[in-house]
Amino acid sequence: MSTIVLKGIDKYYGSNHVLKNLNLTIEDGEFMTLLGPSGCGKTTTLRVVSGLEKPQNGTLYMDGELMVNAKELYFAPPSKRMLNLVFQSYALWPHMTVFHNVAFGLSIKKVPKDEIKTRVENALSRMQILEYKDRYPSELSGGQQQRVAIARAIVSEPKVLLLDEPLSNLDAKLRIDMRSELKRLHEELGTTVIYVTHDQIEALTMSTKVAVFFEGELAQVDTPLNVYQNPADLRVADFIGNPSINFVQAKARLEGDLLHIESDVGSFAFDSDYFTENEFPKSGVFDCVLGIRPEQIYLRSNPWQDAKEAVVYASQPAGSETLVQIQMGGTRLLVKQVGVRNYHTNQSVYATILENMLTVYNKETGKLIKIAVDLDIEAVELEAQKASGTL
Amino acid sequence: MNATYTSPQLAAEEEFSQARKIKNAVKSLFGNPYNVIVMVTILLLVYLIVVPLIDMVSTTFEAAQRDLRRLGTGVEVGDFTLFYWNRLLFSDVSSALLYKPMLNSLCIALTVSVLSIVLGSATAWLLVRSDLPGKKFFSLAIIIPYMLPSWCKSMAWMTVFKTPRIGGNMGFLAALGVNVPEWLAYGPIPIVLVLTMHYYAYAYLLVSAALGSINSELEEMGEIAGAGKLQILRRITLPLVLPAILSAFILTFSKSMGTFGVPAFLGMKVNFMTISTSLYATIKQQQTTTGYAIAMILILISSANVYLNQRAIGSRRSYATIGGKGGRSTLISLGNWKPLVTLLLALFVVIAVIGPLLVLTLDTFMLKAGVYSVDNFSTYYWVGSGDSSIYEGEPGVLANPRFWSNTWNTLKLVVITSVFATFCGQLIGYINSRSRGRFSGKLVEQLVFVPYLIPSIAFGAIYLSMFSTASLGGLIPSLYGTFALLVLVSVVKHLPFSSRAGTSNMMQIGIELEEAGSIEGAGFFKRFARIVLPLSKAGFVSGFMLIFISIMKELDLIMLLVTPTMTTLPYMAFSYSNSNMPPYSNVVAVIMFLIVLFVYWLTNKFGNADISKSMGG
Repeated sequence: MSTIVLKGIDKYYGSNHVLKNLNLTIEDGEFMTLLGPSGCGKTTTLRVVSGLEKPQNGTLYMDGELMVNAKELYFAPPSKRMLNLVFQSYALWPHMTVFHNVAFGLSIKKVPKDEIKTRVENALSRMQILEYKDRYPSELSGGQQQRVAIARAIVSEPKVLLLDEPLSNLDAKLRIDMRSELKRLHEELGTTVIYVTHDQIEALTMSTKVAVFFEGELAQVDTPLNVYQNPADLRVADFIGNPSINFVQAKARLEGDLLHIESDVGSFAFDSDYFTENEFPKSGVFDCVLGIRPEQIYLRSNPWQDAKEAVVYASQPAGSETLVQIQMGGTRLLVKQVGVRNYHTNQSVYATILENMLTVYNKETGKLIKIAVDLDIEAVELEAQKASGTL
Repeated sequence: MNATYTSPQLAAEEEFSQARKIKNAVKSLFGNPYNVIVMVTILLLVYLIVVPLIDMVSTTFEAAQRDLRRLGTGVEVGDFTLFYWNRLLFSDVSSALLYKPMLNSLCIALTVSVLSIVLGSATAWLLVRSDLPGKKFFSLAIIIPYMLPSWCKSMAWMTVFKTPRIGGNMGFLAALGVNVPEWLAYGPIPIVLVLTMHYYAYAYLLVSAALGSINSELEEMGEIAGAGKLQILRRITLPLVLPAILSAFILTFSKSMGTFGVPAFLGMKVNFMTISTSLYATIKQQQTTTGYAIAMILILISSANVYLNQRAIGSRRSYATIGGKGGRSTLISLGNWKPLVTLLLALFVVIAVIGPLLVLTLDTFMLKAGVYSVDNFSTYYWVGSGDSSIYEGEPGVLANPRFWSNTWNTLKLVVITSVFATFCGQLIGYINSRSRGRFSGKLVEQLVFVPYLIPSIAFGAIYLSMFSTASLGGLIPSLYGTFALLVLVSVVKHLPFSSRAGTSNMMQIGIELEEAGSIEGAGFFKRFARIVLPLSKAGFVSGFMLIFISIMKELDLIMLLVTPTMTTLPYMAFSYSNSNMPPYSNVVAVIMFLIVLFVYWLTNKFGNADISKSMGG
């Protein structure tokens, strides 16, 4: 079992507090993505795990074995941690051929020559670059260099594979190819993967768990779906999702088991089954913020059931989807509709919101207080069909 | 999120142990070769730079054995005394020892700096920015003075202008019957002219590098705004290269302030002293302590100069690299001035560059000095076997076993020193590039800069003081008269240059390349041998060549440290000249020039070294 446990990690660069009391557990075999805007500490976390960076506080266990005890100034060297790292810049040694780049670590470990040869060639053919083994890195394209870097990292069969924004230097098409390849690699090797990125699509599509960072603090650790559906606070909600989530100012009041909400976009009541453990006032009216994903609003041109009237502010058809901004009372909402729809400015539309799917945040703390109803995919579709009137 | 992970081991480890902490701290400090190397480097730098300096300062306040009589009764060796400083600053001899030479030096340094910068900047502009013809030839010719030691040029000067009144032979002009006035043969004017002919090359190298990095779009923008050529030059180009001009000024000023060779050749014979010749004379007259005090004043002046210029450049330095992309550069047409400017530059090259070389070489083939005819042509001074009627039977240079032992010494010194200096420079460069922002890195950077502040002759004096006798109970051995001392002093004095080259070389090797190695389990030495060294090879070679050229020419630095048994070619030329045997010293100078030229050619061929990085000599 290769569980990684970070406890109370603090890292300063000079007076700059980069990691603030970080606690994170990464289970064996997990594909954990560290996600966040630049400068949030995700790469630093990766480097602390790798042993390239020494934190000032905290402990790190891998497989139950102590690797870092900052208080006692104990830091196991990177080579003792059974891991390997793919750098953002690839860091291929320019004076060595592809073969020697990949073989370097094995030769340091004094693995017999013929075993090195088989293992290196295995790794290279797994990454489909065996034919380039005698080339120098400068003679390869960016995507090929990337594959060499990954081959170099997996040839030593590490228990943990660390990837630092590995796809950021590739063009859009290659990036999508490499995404599926990395995902397959993870499933085939079964190693624990820690993956750093600022690209939420990568995070959501590849990982089994996502850790969202803001300013050196962990904001949420959860499955990709949950990070998307139930962002733990307003910052995460705002960061995850493209186009980004709609925030609607609202008033809330708890009455018995029901949370009553009044807003420009409608009145709702939610059962306490969906409350989180986060604090909110248990009596009286308080300010809250509703989080509504753009695809959870449906538009119709004609009045229908309890659909609420709104006015089109601007419409942006983009082929596979159409983004529509609508004005509902004092609130402007962004709506995402599948396919090409045509609206003209100031046209009246009728909007239905999937109220079960919306999230509620306590405005004062910014924390999630009501989660989206955990519907399975079919139930969501049913709801959607109901709302759009096709059922 | 804050998962509770329980394992018996974990619970046990969480108890804090001070003992383990200390053990781990010590282990990581000494177990990491990098830390050990940094510590050893700092210790060595302190020992080789700071200790000698302090040693010299304290010597000037201590009574020396030979002065006990003058100091009066009751004073013992090593007692505190202000005698030397009093003598230097406030006595009857202070004027001759310090004030007059200092005034001379300041005047010379100022004039030389101004002239060199005007000359150097003008040639730089012509060669970089204008449409001057024959640029390839000119750009090589212009830097030849850099390859010829400055004191060789003063020998050439003497060959031409020498007057028989001072003693010795007639010069070229005197032989032609021209009555050369005294002031043109010796003293401040020839010193200034010779030094200018040498140091303009430094200004040229610095300013042309700066000009080359200016994007000509900046100037074109000025043209679009309606500025004329002169206005563009004055209001756009000049301000942009001002930082380079100012740093050329520091360099020229401190170098001509501390230079020894030229004023020694052209001034000492007529008793025109500068602060460096005064320093040399005092030490040669066994007034060593007073000499040290003079050396300190020299160091103070040059530090003050660097400090003032650093402040003047200060924030402006930031745009020294503006438009560093270089990019396109459109040449500026000289128009009608082109023929005249080309002619003037060609004339300058003939007089200042080719002239001295030609005169030196020609003179070595003239058996009787001052007689310039075909039947006077002789290779005697090169290969003659010693005729007692010529210069007391001194054999031709190539036939003199001393020459070969000196050449061997010089090459040994230069090669060993260059290897050491380059290696140390790369190592220090490695430390600098890998510990940016850390205290140890800053300390190393500062320490390495100190020798830059100390003029060569003063630096030689410091090492003379420190290593003439064993001290600190044998911890500092007596190295006077040994080859090791010459190597040591040359390596340390050239550290500012070699480490600058090393730093820029090491900066090019990304730290991630090394981190990737340490992830793979390569320790410090394996990383150094298999990643850093192979990648820094090219820089290593070019750094080596540049240091080589610089040390080859070195006279000032080892002036005070050589002994009859341990002599180098520059010193041999100097002593020939001192004993009034100019043809011999000219032969040595020509040979040295050929060696330097050969190495420069090698450098250009096998590495793209930037010669401006090694302004060591």
